[in-house]
Amino acid sequence: MNVVTLSAATFQTPSVEYRQLLPMLIVFGVALLGVLVEAFMGRTARQHVQLVLAVGGLVAAFVAVVGLAGHYGVAVMGAVAIDGPALFLQGTILVLAVPAVLAMAEPSLDRGGVFTSAGSSVPGSEHERVLTATGVTQTEVFPLTMFAIGGMLLFPAANDLLTMFVALEVLSLPLYLLCGLSRRRRLLSQEASLKYFLLGAFSSAFFLYGIALLYGYAGTVRLSGIAAAVSNGSGSDTLLVVGTALLAVGLLFKVGAAPFHSWTPDVYQGAPTPVTGFMAACTKVAAFGALMRVFYVGLGGLVWEWQPLIWAIAILTMVVGSVIAITQTDVKRMLAYSSIAHAGFILTGMVATDTVDARTGEILGVSSVLFYLLAYGFTTIGAFAVVTLVRDAGGEATHLSQWAGLAKRSPLVAAVFTLFLAAFAGIPLTSGFTGKFAVFSAAIAGGATPLVIVGVVMSAVAAFFYFRVVVLMFFSAPAPDGPAVAVPSALTTMTIALSAGVTVLLGVWPTQVLDLAAQASQFVR
Amino acid sequence: MNPMNYVYLSALLFSIGAAGVLLRRNAIVVFMSVELMLNATNLTFVAFARMHGNLDGQVIAFFVMVVAAAEVVVGLAIIMTIFRARRSASVDGANLLKY
Repeated sequence: MNVVTLSAATFQTPSVEYRQLLPMLIVFGVALLGVLVEAFMGRTARQHVQLVLAVGGLVAAFVAVVGLAGHYGVAVMGAVAIDGPALFLQGTILVLAVPAVLAMAEPSLDRGGVFTSAGSSVPGSEHERVLTATGVTQTEVFPLTMFAIGGMLLFPAANDLLTMFVALEVLSLPLYLLCGLSRRRRLLSQEASLKYFLLGAFSSAFFLYGIALLYGYAGTVRLSGIAAAVSNGSGSDTLLVVGTALLAVGLLFKVGAAPFHSWTPDVYQGAPTPVTGFMAACTKVAAFGALMRVFYVGLGGLVWEWQPLIWAIAILTMVVGSVIAITQTDVKRMLAYSSIAHAGFILTGMVATDTVDARTGEILGVSSVLFYLLAYGFTTIGAFAVVTLVRDAGGEATHLSQWAGLAKRSPLVAAVFTLFLAAFAGIPLTSGFTGKFAVFSAAIAGGATPLVIVGVVMSAVAAFFYFRVVVLMFFSAPAPDGPAVAVPSALTTMTIALSAGVTVLLGVWPTQVLDLAAQASQFVR
Repeated sequence: MNPMNYVYLSALLFSIGAAGVLLRRNAIVVFMSVELMLNATNLTFVAFARMHGNLDGQVIAFFVMVVAAAEVVVGLAIIMTIFRARRSASVDGANLLKY
């Protein structure tokens, strides 16, 4: 039996490379500043100061990420990896967060903003009515969003499982709260928040138990140490296999893959729509980054064991997402199932683990997923921003029947939404086509042809329900008391314009970004 | 005593917690079951730290306690708002979102 000896010599002062952590430090710093602004600033200026602070922080962090481009190594004693995929995903999260935050700050669609005046007020109470009448609004959503973004930046860069767990909680806890703060339909919003919280906590407990078993197997939680223990094959296989499975449950829950997808439709429908867009895009980016790092770096030696599992989950996810989406009657719920189907498409690309392009040395599985995440993120944020515009007296009109004949009321909004749906369906000249082409060709190169066949069939099924909405918008008569299309302020307009622009740009001229993703496809080991 | 017994005990506690999450109806009790799962994990970490003879597991246990405390803050806030709006903390009552 080993006895733990405590002596001064075994402790060394950790070195912290602040320069390499700068993007995360900026975002967390801005989040803390946001808390101070919320506490001490007068109520009139607060909203504007918070928005400027948040967007400024995101831009500064993005500049810091660009400044680190090409870096390949580990920081903080190996706890954080700053390599191609980490930097690409951090940049992706930051550029996606800017339009998402702009949509959250939208002041004019709902009087007083998207979010409730005070999260603590009971829906329908006198207290809430007074707050609404006086126009007092808390702005804690901005610091909460920044904390979530900080966690998302750390999640795909975490090089040991403890850091990864802490990052998972830092990104999740603010999201649980953000889900419950809608101004309209508070009961639905709070229910979404409760469901997300209980299921999220349940899944992170599984994630943590998986870490514990892998620690028991390898004696360390560092991914490189686990990889070394796997190649030695010295420990107990039971601990390794059960630990890997439990870890995968936690990560696949965050990704929204079947059979761990059941929270997605409820939470996406109940949460305030700008938050849904933010969650659907940025959480997915961060979670896929972490999933790839765990499976490629830590468990790369075990690829023959986990690859069939990912195959099965990818097929199940694509089928469940595409087929159940057909029966949906709510736009947000339909987009939620579509996001589940897209998680399946992305998993298809992930299967091509060790397929290396002989000419450039790019790892096709990684680079195609990186590109897909960027393309899909912008389309999602844009689509949910369009959903906030279609309104009736009760707030957003999300039932599909209410969208009938929308093109007669606003041809522009209907056309933009059609563009986003076409990108989801993977029609050429949109970013969705380039992304799907990249992941499917990577999967074929990796020998996963059956998976690609399922993927193509499911894309066709998905195209059916996307174009059903298009037909509904353009070729149905509008209901006489149907919803109107509200004119948003410059903020939501910018969000939609930016998303639509990137969606077209990445479809017509994707070379630059594809090259960037190819260069960034090498994980540090 | 063989430290592996603590690992078996923690697996048992973890399973009791997981069963509690799935079977109980009150959101507070469900949440307590999640906390039981996290604490069972802590026991696993400490037992494995003893078996491997390094301190990593013990340090991780502290991190988990801090994270669990943060989770309590967020979780109780959410359950409180739900309770004030509905006068009930039953997870069966939260059934507006479906299909």
